[in-house]
Amino acid sequence: MDGFTALYIFMLAAFTGYEVISRVPVILHTPLMSGSNFIHGVVLIGAMATLGHADPEDPLQLLIGFVAVFLGAANAAGGYIVTERMLGMFKTGNRKEGGAQ
Amino acid sequence: MTSNWFINASYFAVALVFILGLKAMSSPVTARKGVIWAGFAMVAATVVTFFMPGLHNTGLMVLAIVLGGGVAWWSGKVVKMTDMPQMVAIYNGMGGGAAAGIAAVELVRGVQHDPMTSTLLVLGAIIGSVAFSGSCIAFAKLQGLMDKAIRLPQQNNINFFLSLLTFGVGLTIGYSDAPSMFEITLFFLLALALGVVLVIPIGGADMPVVISLLNAFTGLAVGFKGFVLGNPALIVAGIVVGASGMLLTQLMAKAMNRPIKNIIFSPITGEAAAEGGEVQGTMRELSALDAASLMRYGQKVIVIPGYGMAVAGAQHKVWEMAQLLEEGGVEVVFAIHPVAGRMPGHMNVLLAEAGVPYDKIFDLEEINADFPQADVALVIGANDVVNPVARTDKSSPIYGMPILNADMAQNVIVVKRGRGAGYSGIENALFYKDNCRMLYGSAQAVIGDVIAQIKTLEA
Repeated sequence: MDGFTALYIFMLAAFTGYEVISRVPVILHTPLMSGSNFIHGVVLIGAMATLGHADPEDPLQLLIGFVAVFLGAANAAGGYIVTERMLGMFKTGNRKEGGAQ
Repeated sequence: MTSNWFINASYFAVALVFILGLKAMSSPVTARKGVIWAGFAMVAATVVTFFMPGLHNTGLMVLAIVLGGGVAWWSGKVVKMTDMPQMVAIYNGMGGGAAAGIAAVELVRGVQHDPMTSTLLVLGAIIGSVAFSGSCIAFAKLQGLMDKAIRLPQQNNINFFLSLLTFGVGLTIGYSDAPSMFEITLFFLLALALGVVLVIPIGGADMPVVISLLNAFTGLAVGFKGFVLGNPALIVAGIVVGASGMLLTQLMAKAMNRPIKNIIFSPITGEAAAEGGEVQGTMRELSALDAASLMRYGQKVIVIPGYGMAVAGAQHKVWEMAQLLEEGGVEVVFAIHPVAGRMPGHMNVLLAEAGVPYDKIFDLEEINADFPQADVALVIGANDVVNPVARTDKSSPIYGMPILNADMAQNVIVVKRGRGAGYSGIENALFYKDNCRMLYGSAQAVIGDVIAQIKTLEA
């Protein structure tokens, strides 16, 4: 990829990230942190591409690639389930029902 | 050619859905939908990647995905709500580790890159490694595996020279034609050590900000890896998370009135607290019955939950008590400090779990003017966020941090496990004030006693 094209993408993505969450209420800070943690779990596809292009004859490349895919998959799966569980508590329905005991 | 087009189109759609999902996650009404959309996008991205041309080692790949995804899915499913912050920290660390791993394979393969790509490769490797080891330390601290904030002698100089050395070695490797195995290993060890020394002295109230900062770091590392691998979806997702994470970190740091550079370079430790002036007076206890009658015969009670409530898992009991008081005509509201607990919004999540409606939960700015009208401020396992020295004592390390003005209520009842200082190690002047009484014990047990006493008052 052309270096300057990448710089433009960097710049626009940075502003997008800034804008997208600039009006988030305090109650969503933790779930949002967790949600963005899930989204960078997309590093998984990068790790897959890396392992996929590693030299099958070189055990070291395979080992590191394997670990990278393992960690990426854990980031994505764990990040999702934790975020989903947190947000599951913010159902709009229980606003007035009160004590769920 | 067609399969390439298909993969690229899919990645484009995935990046778009990620941004929309993140946007949806910043409003309570759409938040859940947002993460579910993003979840579908993630699955789609993973599946599509298998169709990448020239992909080897697919068996190994599936095994790694099943193992890593399975373990994390299971642990995320069973973890208690109160332990969420450290889970976020550890999953974040894994993402950083994955980014560092990508860099490691690239370096071992010895692929030639242009200077800009090499620089980003090395930067991404450093940031990813720092996020990995830093998050592991954050996890260990929150999990209680290592308790103390450890301050090395000459901490800031060590940080500075270690960073310099890591960047130096990294750039040497990045620009050399065939880096040796020894150089690559040394580079990653240095980068991992850097993460450890950066996070190890940080304790207490600063931890949420650090987790958020490390989260932003991982985002940046992922974005840089996207550039190295020529994958725009990775760039967009990574940089969007990096930028939003930086903003979130700033919001939190601002709420604590602690600039990020102070958190990293002059962490609050017990040592600093010792310089912070002596507190005069004694702490006075009261019984559960006295606490019950103070609240039951008052007009307004403001509950201030903190990490102690989370540890004791007392949120359900607290809400049961609040409902009991409300049946008796007492107004009960909850006041939440932006950094109460170990992550911003941590208390909101726990109270939502217990079923407390949003309209009873107030932020610092909304509630602070109401304390003088409150009959009782009930502090449950919170400490530093109600310490009035933040307003009065210029020598205190937390001076200037906005606090909940619990000391201005008619009566203050503090539920606390023991007599020790707060997580930051600073003595709390509130506990020695004339209008303050202590209720010692685990929040779960103490609030249970208070509930029993309120019931006897009703009879």
